Amino acid sequence: MTARIGVVTFPGTLDDQDSLRAVRVAGAEPVSLWHRDKDLHQVDAVILAGGFSYGDYLRAGAISRFSPVMETIIEQAKAGMPVLGICNGFQILTEAHLLPGAMLQNNHLHFICRDQKLRVENAETAWTSDYSAGQEISVPLKNMDGRYVADERVLDELEAEGRVAFRYVDVNPNGSLRDIAGITNAAGNVVGLMPHPEHAVEPLIGTGRTDGLGFFTSIIKKLVNA
Amino acid sequence: MSLDTVKHAAETPDVEQPWKELGLKEDEYARIREILGRRPTGAELAMYSVMWSEHCSYKSSKVHLKQFGEKVPVNDAMLVGIGENAGVVDVGQGYAVTFKVESHNHPSYIEPYQGAATGVGGIVRDILAMGARPVAVVDPLRFGAADHPDTKRVLPGVVAGIGGYGNCLGLPNIGGEVVFDACYQGNPLVNAGCIGVMKHEDIHLAQASGPGNKVILYGARTGGDGIGGVSVLASETFESTGPAKRPAVQVGDPFQEKLLIECTLEIFGEKLVAGIQDLGGAGLSCATSELASAGSGGMRVELDTVPLRDSSLSPEEILMSESQERMCAIVEPQHVDRFLEICEKWDVIATVIGEVTEGSQLEIFWHGEQIVDVPPRSVAHEGPTYHRPFARPSWQDALQADDANKLARPANAAELREQVLKLVASPNQASKAWITDQYDRFVQGNTVLAMPEDAGMVRIDEKSNLGVAMATDGNGRYAKLDPYTGAQLALAEAYRNVATSGAKPLAISDCLNFGSPEDPDVMWQFAEATRGLADGCLELGTPVTGGNVSLYNQTGETAIHPTPVVAVLGVIDDVTRRTPVAFKEEGQLLYLLGDTREEFGGSAWSEVVHNHLGGLPPKVDLGREKLLGEILISASRDGMVDAAHDLSDGGLIQAVTESCLRGGKGARLVVPDGLDAFTFLFSESAGRAVVSIPRSEELRFNDMCGARGLPVTRIGVVDGEEIEIQGEFSIPLSELRTAHEATIPGLLA
Repeated sequence: MTARIGVVTFPGTLDDQDSLRAVRVAGAEPVSLWHRDKDLHQVDAVILAGGFSYGDYLRAGAISRFSPVMETIIEQAKAGMPVLGICNGFQILTEAHLLPGAMLQNNHLHFICRDQKLRVENAETAWTSDYSAGQEISVPLKNMDGRYVADERVLDELEAEGRVAFRYVDVNPNGSLRDIAGITNAAGNVVGLMPHPEHAVEPLIGTGRTDGLGFFTSIIKKLVNA
Repeated sequence: MSLDTVKHAAETPDVEQPWKELGLKEDEYARIREILGRRPTGAELAMYSVMWSEHCSYKSSKVHLKQFGEKVPVNDAMLVGIGENAGVVDVGQGYAVTFKVESHNHPSYIEPYQGAATGVGGIVRDILAMGARPVAVVDPLRFGAADHPDTKRVLPGVVAGIGGYGNCLGLPNIGGEVVFDACYQGNPLVNAGCIGVMKHEDIHLAQASGPGNKVILYGARTGGDGIGGVSVLASETFESTGPAKRPAVQVGDPFQEKLLIECTLEIFGEKLVAGIQDLGGAGLSCATSELASAGSGGMRVELDTVPLRDSSLSPEEILMSESQERMCAIVEPQHVDRFLEICEKWDVIATVIGEVTEGSQLEIFWHGEQIVDVPPRSVAHEGPTYHRPFARPSWQDALQADDANKLARPANAAELREQVLKLVASPNQASKAWITDQYDRFVQGNTVLAMPEDAGMVRIDEKSNLGVAMATDGNGRYAKLDPYTGAQLALAEAYRNVATSGAKPLAISDCLNFGSPEDPDVMWQFAEATRGLADGCLELGTPVTGGNVSLYNQTGETAIHPTPVVAVLGVIDDVTRRTPVAFKEEGQLLYLLGDTREEFGGSAWSEVVHNHLGGLPPKVDLGREKLLGEILISASRDGMVDAAHDLSDGGLIQAVTESCLRGGKGARLVVPDGLDAFTFLFSESAGRAVVSIPRSEELRFNDMCGARGLPVTRIGVVDGEEIEIQGEFSIPLSELRTAHEATIPGLLA
């Protein structure tokens, strides 16, 4: 079978085409999903792509979280459907309470775009099984509101349960607590991170590395072997 | 106040009108009365005042700009030339590319964030209006002295505005420049360029034809922002006293623009549009009059149907408002429903505000009463033309006689080393990563090269790997010394940068930033620069497809350096063949292409070491530039070079430092016979590049250059952890990196 992976377009989503391309490059069938449509069109997994949905007005992800498509995604994610939130998608996942914590403005108060080194801390999620625990990868990072925060109890819990999925290495680019770049839910099907693996799937384009491809091959293997 | 209708105007010829306050000259007002055969209504006066402003009418510059149309090189690529929203060139495989550079200088000084943000928004809509999907932006920027307190106000705001708007639109920012010079202290230059891609059959033009077709205004509601932006801000000299001009600056909403882009592209996809124009400077006045003027002439608009943010706006204000994120489309009646449906899908407000008529007049009504009845050509295309007096400035000879080649040179190797470090750490030569890292260069997933590469490059076809490249360059110091040569040097550098990346230069756009046209010195600079550019384009075979003129860049009596900025667009058949600047492979051979002469006039060295500006700029040989370009493109296509960097301001040592730091590898260099170390390192002779050649390709590369008559000199090898000039000095890469990268954050962070 070919896995069908949906990518949602909200008003103001920017990296939807990039995520669709990454899905295709990895060998799955990309499916465009529209924010007003509750129907997920039989996709096996969903990616919430980066961008500035609703202009980041009010708060990043705060309005998108209430769109019709999110109703179905929240319901399905709780039932085990794999969901990956990248950047603005991660912000939407925290607003939807599928993942704990929140993102604040970068501690240096600037938008930052850089090639960022990460350590994969948890290689057992639906989206990271093609990596090995402790593996270091480089993917682009680009955001204004990327500083991950949560209260101490939540952070301790995330650490204890192995739910910190990615940590920044060498440079913490935004003041995220405990260098956290991405997290997973307890079941490992919902993963969110600020850096952009979909921008690192082709040699020559972007940073010229393919370190991000593993996200997409991981999920395809999981879906095809399921 | 009662409504000033056409009828009322005809009956009250002697009413005093505020033409002067709106920026019109006495004879211009008289001409309007003559065209109409009566006094204009308030609404008509508002329209003429903005459309006849310097910014919209090019009244001082057009007698010179004409040359771009007269000296057109033979070039098969040109599809749409000057006069439309942007020019269009053929890049092969059925694709067409549209691109343009514009200025948003004055607003960016007053309100840096919004000024710069709406500059990006405006150029993106110009590109969109041609039928193209915008695929990349570039930003050539110029600020006052890097250590001046006001630079710390203007620069961070401008950079945040460009980032805040462009990042939110999802357009990769792939190039541009950042230059500091005290002459821009009160007049920063914020130029913005955009590239768009479409298929040939998707080209759209700004014209309203076909009586009965509907005029649809869509996008943001119209508000009170930016009223008189073009006439008040962009067309007058700043005075230090006088009322605050902030209300004349527009306020942008990039989220709205992103929706407008996607909505418009979907509408284009279904072929629902007969003509289209974006609303930028002069707002509805410009869009309605230009569409009507370029079409059959007749148009009727019901102005009270325009959706407003502020219901108290007068008809004059609605016509002049420069509220952002608006477009105006001409749509055949049978397509209107579908057009509105697509707008609804994207949450974009769309309103039928009028229709194309049989007649030849632009007629505008306000609650049933006629307030405008004008021949649209007289507003949009037949504005005043000035033959401003110009004369070579009295100080020009003295400036050129103050020869930079006579400045004191470093006395020994230690001094030379010290000056190298000083140069690469100077604000103009230092790394601009602190700035460019605030722009998204990865979005859309097609970026092949971005700053600090010589040219930005994006892939436009995933299957064939077809790509386009763009570089923007300008050097106000060179142009001040000799505007004709300075303009050609800007052209040559942008051309060379595109060729260095492996792309073939096709066409250019320009942004001509100058002082007041009422000053004969400035007008001479402008005349010389346009002549130089037109002659240069003819010789290089790259036509001017469009651009923008920004005058009145001066505070009081002091004008900025004449600053023609040139953007060259190139095409590359296979982006995997692109040439980056980074020296990555140890053992590869470094070759210097071109001739190095003792040329220091206007150089970075003369500025950094002596704070000097005088003499003559480097000589231009466009035949040589063309040959160099051909060699670089062939070498890239045939896999003979792994890295290449053009030589320009800062000379060879600047280029080698950048390439070494980018690749993380050092270099050992030997001063060639016939040159002294100082000239070798700092000369700014044009028509040069440094390339890194795999040893296996050395023979083939030398043969190619020899056969085509390009002088090449082997100058060293990629090696080690330092840059060593044999027999002179060496500097560890770590020391160079600190010098090069710490300056800008130190001044601005």
